Amino acid sequence: MAETLLALRHVLVRHGESTVLEIAMLDLQEGEILGIIGPNGAGKSTLLRVMGLLQQPTTGKVYFDGVEANRQNSLRLRRCMASVFQEPLLINASVFDNAALGLRLRGLRADAIDRQLLPWLERLGIADLASRPARSLSGGEAQRTSLARAFAFHPRLLLLDEPFSALDPPTRETLLLDLQTILRETGVAAVLVTHDRDEAIMLARRIGVLKAGRMLQLDSSREVFLRPASEAVAEIVGIENRIAGVVQSAAQEVATVRFNGGATQVSGSFEPGTRVILCIRPEDISVTRPDERHRSCAKKACLQAKIARVSQATIHDRLVLKCGDVVLVSFVDRASCHQLGLAEGDEVTACFSPQAVHVIKSQGFDSIR
Amino acid sequence: MELIGQGVVKAIELLLSGDIEVWTITGLSLRISGAATLISLLLGIPLGIALAMLRFPGRPLAVASINTGMGLPPVVVGLFVSIFLWRSGPLGFLELIYTPSAMIIAQVIIAFPIVAGLTMASFQNLNPHLGLQLLGVGASRIQLLWLLCKEARLPLLAAVMAGFGGVISEVGASMMVGGNIRGQTRVLTTATVLETGKGNFDVAIALSLILLILSFALNFMLTHIQQREQIRWPKLS
Repeated sequence: MAETLLALRHVLVRHGESTVLEIAMLDLQEGEILGIIGPNGAGKSTLLRVMGLLQQPTTGKVYFDGVEANRQNSLRLRRCMASVFQEPLLINASVFDNAALGLRLRGLRADAIDRQLLPWLERLGIADLASRPARSLSGGEAQRTSLARAFAFHPRLLLLDEPFSALDPPTRETLLLDLQTILRETGVAAVLVTHDRDEAIMLARRIGVLKAGRMLQLDSSREVFLRPASEAVAEIVGIENRIAGVVQSAAQEVATVRFNGGATQVSGSFEPGTRVILCIRPEDISVTRPDERHRSCAKKACLQAKIARVSQATIHDRLVLKCGDVVLVSFVDRASCHQLGLAEGDEVTACFSPQAVHVIKSQGFDSIR
Repeated sequence: MELIGQGVVKAIELLLSGDIEVWTITGLSLRISGAATLISLLLGIPLGIALAMLRFPGRPLAVASINTGMGLPPVVVGLFVSIFLWRSGPLGFLELIYTPSAMIIAQVIIAFPIVAGLTMASFQNLNPHLGLQLLGVGASRIQLLWLLCKEARLPLLAAVMAGFGGVISEVGASMMVGGNIRGQTRVLTTATVLETGKGNFDVAIALSLILLILSFALNFMLTHIQQREQIRWPKLS
C-alpha cells in the first residue's frame, strides 16, 4: 500500500458569499496520477492551487506527507511540488535561465544546475534552444520549457493545470505522449486538471469529476466513464444520451425499462416503478435504414427515428435523431454514413444493445411519488 | 542670433577653462538631485508595488493621490516645504530652510509620486498569473518580489529617468527652499535664472548646456539599456 502524499480535509473555499470549492476528503497516494475533469468554472484550478499551497482555503486543512501545511512550513512544502499552467509564463530571459529558475530559487550552484538540468532539456527536446530568448518560443516550446522548469528540481508532486489546452493538436499529442512516458519513468505523483476527457483517460488511473466546487464522483477512470454515478457525471464524461424511464418489471438481474417511445431490457436489480435514467454513449447507438431487418438484434432496443441533423467531424459523423419526444445522438463512422447515404430528414432505425446501457436511479424520485 | 552664437562660444570657453564656480554648481546639482532620486526610488518603488499588488481600503484614494502627485507643480511644493521649514513653522526647529537638505526634501516630494506611479503602472502591466507561476516553482515571497522587479526592469528604468529628469530640471522649489545661496544651495537651474536676470547670457547658456548634457548622458545610458532588451518588431513593408 502506497503512502498518502497529499490529503485534503474539509476544504472550503469561498469568494464572498459563493462557495467555489468544497471537498470533504481527498487523498492522493505516492506516485499516483489523478485526473480532475469538469466544466469551466467548476473549481478545478482552485482545487489545484489549494493542493499546491498557492491559495489558502477559507477553512480546512491540507496535509503533505503527513504534515499539516501552515504559514511556517508552507515554503518548504511548496518546494516539494511543481505547478505547470495552461499558459506557460516565462521570465524575460533565455530558455536555460527559465528552466533553471526552480533550481536557482532553491539555491543550487551553477555546476549542480547544469548537471541536473541538461538531461531534462535533452529529454524534453529543447536542448538546442537553451540560449534562445524565452519570448521567441512557440507555444509548444514554451510549455516544454515550463515542464523542464518543473521536472528539473525533482518534485514529489506535479500539479498540471490544463497544460495542453492552448496547444495545436499535433504539438499537443506529441507533448502528451512525452509527458506520459516521463510520468511513467519517474513515478512522480501528479494531478492533472483538464476539460479534455481523452487527456484524463490517457494519463490518469483515477479520475475525479468536479462540478460547481463539489466532487461528484472520484473513482477509477473505468468506473467514472462507464458507470457514472449521476446524470451530471454522465453529462461531463460525454454520455450525450440520457433517457428518462420507469422500471416496468424486474426479474433476476434483468429489468425492463419503459421510456417515451420504447422499452429496453437492462441488467441490474430494480424495484418496479423506480424512475431511472438510461445512459447510452453516442458511439453505442447504431443507425440503419428502416427496411433492413436486423437478424442479430433480437435483444436490441430499436426505435424509429428521423435524422434531424448531420454534423461532420474527422472520425465520426454526429447524427441528431428524433424518436418522438426522445432526442438521441449517434456517432456513425464516416464511411458507413457515406455508404448508407444518410442525410437530414431521412427515416432510420436507431438501435442499442442492453449491454451499452448504464442505468442511474433518478434523483428526487421519492418526492415525485 | 548673434547673442546666442557668442553665448555658446563663451560658454564652451567657460566650461573648458574649468571655472571653479561652474563646477561647484554642477556638483551640487548632481548631489542634491541624485540624493533626492535615490530616496524617491527607495520610497516610491515599494509604494508603487504595494499599490499594484495589494487591495486595501483607501487604495483608490491613494492611487488618485499618487497620480495627482505625478504632476505636482514644483512651486506649490516649494511653498509648502518653505512653510513647514520656516523658522517659525512646524518643523522650523530643524533649521533646514535654505540648506541642501531642504532642497532634497522638496525634490523627493516632487519625484517620489512619479516613481511610485510609474512603478505601479509597470507592475500592473505584468501578467497577474506570473506571480502564481513563480510561486508554483518554489519562489519565496522575497524571491517573488525580486523576480517581478527584474521582469519590470525596463519600465522601472523609465521611472528612474523620469524621477531624475523631473528634479534636476526643476527650479521653483529649489529656489524657494534653497534660497540660491552661492556655494551652498546654488544649483544649475537657480543659477541659470540668476544669470539670465543679470543679463549674463553666456554664463546662463553655459549652465544650461551642462544641464542638457547631463540629462542627455543619463537618458542616453538608460535608453541604451532599455532598447537593448526590447523585442524587435518585424519590419513592416
